[in-house]
Amino acid sequence: MRHTALAQTWFLSLRQGRQDPDMIYFDNAATTWPKPPQVIETMVQCMEQGGGNPGRAGHRLALEAGRIVYAARRAVAELVNAPDPMRVVLTANVTEALNLALHGLLRPGDHVITSSMEHNSVMRPLRALEAEGVELTVIACSPDGALDPGEVEAAIRARTAMIVLTHASNVAGTLLPIAEVGQIARRHGVLFLVDAAQTAGACPLDVQSAAIDLLAFTGHKSLYGPMGTGGLVIGPRVNADRLRPLKQGGTGSRSELEHQPAFLPDMCESGTPNVVGLAGLVAGVDWVRRRGVEAIRAHEMALTRRLLDGLAAIRGVRVYGPQNPQQQVAVVSLRIDGMAPDEIGLRLDEEHGILCRVGLHCAPAAHRTMGTFPTGTVRFGLGALNTADEVDASLAAVDCLARKGQ
Amino acid sequence: MSGMGYAVILLPSTSHAMHAEATLKQAGIACKMIPVPRHISSDCGVCIRIAREDREAARAALAAAGIAWEGMHDC
Repeated sequence: MRHTALAQTWFLSLRQGRQDPDMIYFDNAATTWPKPPQVIETMVQCMEQGGGNPGRAGHRLALEAGRIVYAARRAVAELVNAPDPMRVVLTANVTEALNLALHGLLRPGDHVITSSMEHNSVMRPLRALEAEGVELTVIACSPDGALDPGEVEAAIRARTAMIVLTHASNVAGTLLPIAEVGQIARRHGVLFLVDAAQTAGACPLDVQSAAIDLLAFTGHKSLYGPMGTGGLVIGPRVNADRLRPLKQGGTGSRSELEHQPAFLPDMCESGTPNVVGLAGLVAGVDWVRRRGVEAIRAHEMALTRRLLDGLAAIRGVRVYGPQNPQQQVAVVSLRIDGMAPDEIGLRLDEEHGILCRVGLHCAPAAHRTMGTFPTGTVRFGLGALNTADEVDASLAAVDCLARKGQ
Repeated sequence: MSGMGYAVILLPSTSHAMHAEATLKQAGIACKMIPVPRHISSDCGVCIRIAREDREAARAALAAAGIAWEGMHDC
């Protein structure tokens, strides 16, 4: 029973981490932690009492599983004011959702516009498509990550098929002007894809008022669900007949046919879905909605303000991004003079119990824009469950390291 | 449901059936998800059974929600 012993060792070390009162988790931009207890309880309940495969049979356990999957579509649709839950395609993560939108809709000869603050989940599929004949314009953002919507509009050509933007940078936290760009896209008849990895659940999002045609989201960040959940919200302007699925296979529908069904969401959801994860996502979205996205945003803005003010007072610390909570999400990138980001990260963890992320954050373009490539930065990602005391403890730790760096 | 007999609503997929079930329940129409009867379709999925007397109300509720059904059969 070697495997059982190994699993027990993992769980034991995880439990010890949870009980460490001095540990401060500031890596919420990578994944939020801890998860609300109801998310965990719902997932356990789903495994204990559920167990069917949705859409694969008509018995009660299969139907219950199907209702969970439907509830996930509906929860996300309601959260972002999407009119049709049948146009919420569920995926394993936001990367898969972005790949579905990009590879599924763009063809050689099409022109795409994006920003220089994108994560590689956008940039890598676009570079791969570029090699296949899609033309790409990357609009340079300012060093703090800000994007001028006028430059996006000026870059539109006759063959422009799509504008792709992150809602907020995962490195600098900068919020991009999606509402303005959405209107530009709509005026020019161009599809607008938004990467909401850092914002779904953390910032108010309305796909209709922001004129978003495609919204890619993840379940495990500010929606407080588990990893392995995410999706693509597809608006009415997107012609599903033009969308090429990333994979083909069993859907539980039209089983008499050997060809992939041509309707949403089934055409893009082959294979058994992550029902347990989606049950957790439903509970996570419910938790977010009960707390209120506006209230979460206000809390995170207050923490960000506290962190930025404190950092500004520490000698030898350089902060990147807008340094204004109104213009960013609760993500703060910094450097300390005389100390490499990886050393800062290690010392914050080992000497101060503060967990953050260092390096390039899978976003080399963003770091080039900020002037922090290739060394990268130290990133503090704050979440709804962090407190002012934790911010203060982190400021003391950064101050301590900054003194040593001099 | 009454003793007047049933009707079944066929939908493109289980996902749509779940959407239709939630919509009908919200409209106060009693319904039950059952495997598609073999004599109606070869599809291996599920359909929604309602009371025959609720057919018009169901049509209206589904149309209002923009749900396209594939067929409604008495059974």
